[in-house]
Amino acid sequence: MGLENNLFDSLPDVVTVKLDAVVNWARKSSLWPATFGLACCAIEMMNTVSARNDLSRFGAETFRASPRQADVMIVSGRVSRKMAPVLRRIYDQMPEPKWVISMGACATSGGVFDNYAIVQGVDKIVPVDIYVPGCPPRPEMLVHAITMLQEKIMKESSKDRRDTFEPESRQSIVPGTLPVTEGTALERETEIEVAQNQVSRPYTIPSRHERRRSS
Amino acid sequence: MSEILHEYVEKLKAENAEWVSDVKDALGEVTITVPAGSIADASRFLRNRLEFDLLADICGCDRGPEEDPRFEVNYHLFSTIHHNRLRLKVLLPEDSPNVSTVTHIWRTADWHERETFDLFGVKFEGHPDLRRILLPSDFDGHALRKDYPLRGYEPYSMN
Repeated sequence: MGLENNLFDSLPDVVTVKLDAVVNWARKSSLWPATFGLACCAIEMMNTVSARNDLSRFGAETFRASPRQADVMIVSGRVSRKMAPVLRRIYDQMPEPKWVISMGACATSGGVFDNYAIVQGVDKIVPVDIYVPGCPPRPEMLVHAITMLQEKIMKESSKDRRDTFEPESRQSIVPGTLPVTEGTALERETEIEVAQNQVSRPYTIPSRHERRRSS
Repeated sequence: MSEILHEYVEKLKAENAEWVSDVKDALGEVTITVPAGSIADASRFLRNRLEFDLLADICGCDRGPEEDPRFEVNYHLFSTIHHNRLRLKVLLPEDSPNVSTVTHIWRTADWHERETFDLFGVKFEGHPDLRRILLPSDFDGHALRKDYPLRGYEPYSMN
């Protein structure tokens, strides 16, 4: 009557196996990604599940719109600073065990958007398991990333997994609740200095970020 | 085309000569520079009498920290009745970039003024809800100012 009868005939009634091997095999064989399509990489991510590249060969074609039903978050595209708390919240809403794939140059490092609006790498917000380079990566690369993640999952042990929430995730700030600022401390300092005629207004104020880079 | 627009300018001048401090005619478009204090009154006249019933856009402009006045606010008006376009310009000094709101004249000015405030720090007096609209609410500074560093003041952190 099918595969299980053949298996039943050819195998003994009791098979001894490591629990981790079975659990990890089950986990890796049905990865359900949470869609986090943020930019053009999302188009390639959609292509990955289409008929041509057919991600269902690796059991990861079931993209869920709800984080509660997802195992792996594919961050495809640049993450803006306004999107960052949202992304973190969706990651926190995913049940353990969970993995993150950072897809493309922008999600990995900010890419060409080295500016104030874009988070310079999604690993500043969530722990990343697999980085996929490319701008955007081809669907084959994402398929490769999924298979790499499956290899990684097979090496994991259930004992190492923490199924508890990180304390920091409880403190995540609800977006849009912070007060509007009047300007930076640096701006106010400069305004006072300009008012006292000590300096002329600088055209570019180097950020702390830039100062640290140059030293 | 611009003759009709100049008629509007003359009507505006006839109503109150102080409303028009400069008129520029370029590429068939007329730009009227309005003193910052009288933008609301001039806008009300343009909307109610001259039938500029659509505010197409409000945009800010930073001419650079060395310029005085440093900031501009441009109002792009359109008349759906006469099919004419007119541009109003307000010049604002760096130390007090304040201008009165036009939300009570054109409702659509609400979000446009919030955007201009968000990116240039121009304060619209009398605006019902002057909050940031594009940048995160805890953002430091105003991003489209010329002296704003490209990478921002602070390295990004979730906290």
